[in-house]
Amino acid sequence: MTIERNFPIGEPVLEVKNISLRFGGVKAITDSSFSVLKHEIKAIIGPNGAGKSSLLNCINGIYQPQEGSIAFKGEVLGKITPNLIAQKGISRTFQNLALFKRMSVLDNILVGRRLHMKSNFLQVAFQLPKARSEEKANRDKCEEIVDFLEISDIKNTPVGKLPYGLQKKVELGRALATEADFLMLDEPMAGMNVEEKREMCRFILKVNDEIGTTMVLIEHDMGVVMDISDNVVVLDYGKIIADGPPDEVRANQEVIDAYLGVSHD
Amino acid sequence: MEQKVNNKNVFMGYTRSDLTNFLIVMILSFVAIPLLVKTDYWYSSILIPWLCLALAAIGQQIVMGYAGQLALGAAGFMAAGAFACFNLILRVPDIPFFVALGLSGLVAAAFGILFGLPSLRVRGIYLMVATLASQFFIVWMIDKFGWFKNYDTSGIITAQDIVILGKPFTSPLEMYFVILVVVTVLTVLAVNMARGSTGRNWMAVRDMDIAAESMGISLLKTKLQAFAICAFYCGVAGALFAFTYLKSLEPVAFDIKLSFKILFMVILGGLGTISGAFIGAAFILLFPVLLNSIGNNVFHGAIDATIISSIEQVVFGVLIIVFMIYEPLGMAKLWGNIKQRFLRKRSLQ
Repeated sequence: MTIERNFPIGEPVLEVKNISLRFGGVKAITDSSFSVLKHEIKAIIGPNGAGKSSLLNCINGIYQPQEGSIAFKGEVLGKITPNLIAQKGISRTFQNLALFKRMSVLDNILVGRRLHMKSNFLQVAFQLPKARSEEKANRDKCEEIVDFLEISDIKNTPVGKLPYGLQKKVELGRALATEADFLMLDEPMAGMNVEEKREMCRFILKVNDEIGTTMVLIEHDMGVVMDISDNVVVLDYGKIIADGPPDEVRANQEVIDAYLGVSHD
Repeated sequence: MEQKVNNKNVFMGYTRSDLTNFLIVMILSFVAIPLLVKTDYWYSSILIPWLCLALAAIGQQIVMGYAGQLALGAAGFMAAGAFACFNLILRVPDIPFFVALGLSGLVAAAFGILFGLPSLRVRGIYLMVATLASQFFIVWMIDKFGWFKNYDTSGIITAQDIVILGKPFTSPLEMYFVILVVVTVLTVLAVNMARGSTGRNWMAVRDMDIAAESMGISLLKTKLQAFAICAFYCGVAGALFAFTYLKSLEPVAFDIKLSFKILFMVILGGLGTISGAFIGAAFILLFPVLLNSIGNNVFHGAIDATIISSIEQVVFGVLIIVFMIYEPLGMAKLWGNIKQRFLRKRSLQ
């Protein structure tokens, strides 16, 4: 039934073990464990405030969980910062768009190439051959991404002037530009219409299929989640209540209760 | 169609229009001005301070316009550069002037890194207050320790003559050329940085620091780098300012007023453009001159000079508010709009 994939799902690449995150007395995440397999698309779903974004922020190093550990590619990440995580090969997009508003689309995507550009400010200032060839190569790469996302007509527009749907695309482009093999997308389709969502799904599946990028995505649209993800984690009140293939999760009584509510009598 | 040709990379990453603009500016500044302008007044009172302050404004532009760090203390770094240059020439025998100038920039850059440290913890207006420390500390330090002033008690020290390869550069025109060379080189370097990956890192930190960090940009390195480069430019500008315009070294010349002036240059000229530094500096310097000459020539001195200088303050204040609200990208953007409209009209014909 399933079509054979270019990159079959493999071993766990990210393992989150018993993490808890508190903000003062508020428990955002409680004792949660899950793992992400290589090359899979894993969705994280849950009602608002369930702790989905906090979970990504923990993996990303923006928040430090008080308990538990996170291991990436077999290496336990200790005290980490977002830029160290980026160097390990994890990239992400943000829930409320975190683009560089005054920079052009192409420049935004070029920032994603940061870790591929090694020349220092003096080499850039004097335009030494290394800086120039590096700039050219990375610019070409970004042009490819712009073409892939079909946004080449707006590549020189400052992103602040673009409509929401396009900004989401640019953010995906920036994340892709990092060439990270592990991508976290925080509500990549929020606020999009059906048409735009379908397009976004197509890009996500294409990236996963052609490059083999492992993806973790937070999404509210159940149709989308059930369609594109290999596995689904369900969070409710900071706890993982289900983890498994979409069909299994859909049938799970606890999940149904969390979403539809349950009467206590 | 025409635009496509213009966008093409012709030489070392520059487009054809970049190169024409550069050539025009070079011919104007190196050939036309020296041929046309004969009065010393224009060099010593307008062109020289303009270039010096524009250079400092580039520094302020880098830290504020590009890296988005509200810093106020450019004059402090200028003082550091000026006194470093004075001491280097005084104490190191036969040091070439340009070497002394470069080293003074590096001394200022060290101060820049030191006073840039608060940017790692505070931001916005609070950072501005924290960076005021550089302004007051550096000027205080120079005043407090006699060594920096070579134990001169008069308070004003005459700057040494600029000597390059044994030839003294003392006339206003000669000094103009010295400054022009320095400003040209440093401006080209600043443009290269601003357009390249260095500038993108700064702007990314400015626009959204969390996202920048998630893309692998180290906030610590990027912010301190911007502060260091800012201070380097200010330091070189300060040394040139003291040696060619003031012709003396006195800490009071680098007071908070000068810092504010440089800040206004950047705001009025346009945040986030190198050309804005030049336009803003020209405006801040020339506007009082213009007001004065209007006062003298139109009203024949009927308006008191103190009133004119008050009018100057009022106009600056109003303009800053107007620009902040309606055109945060400043005069450079206005100029760009005019140019674009003109070009469009021409291409339609």
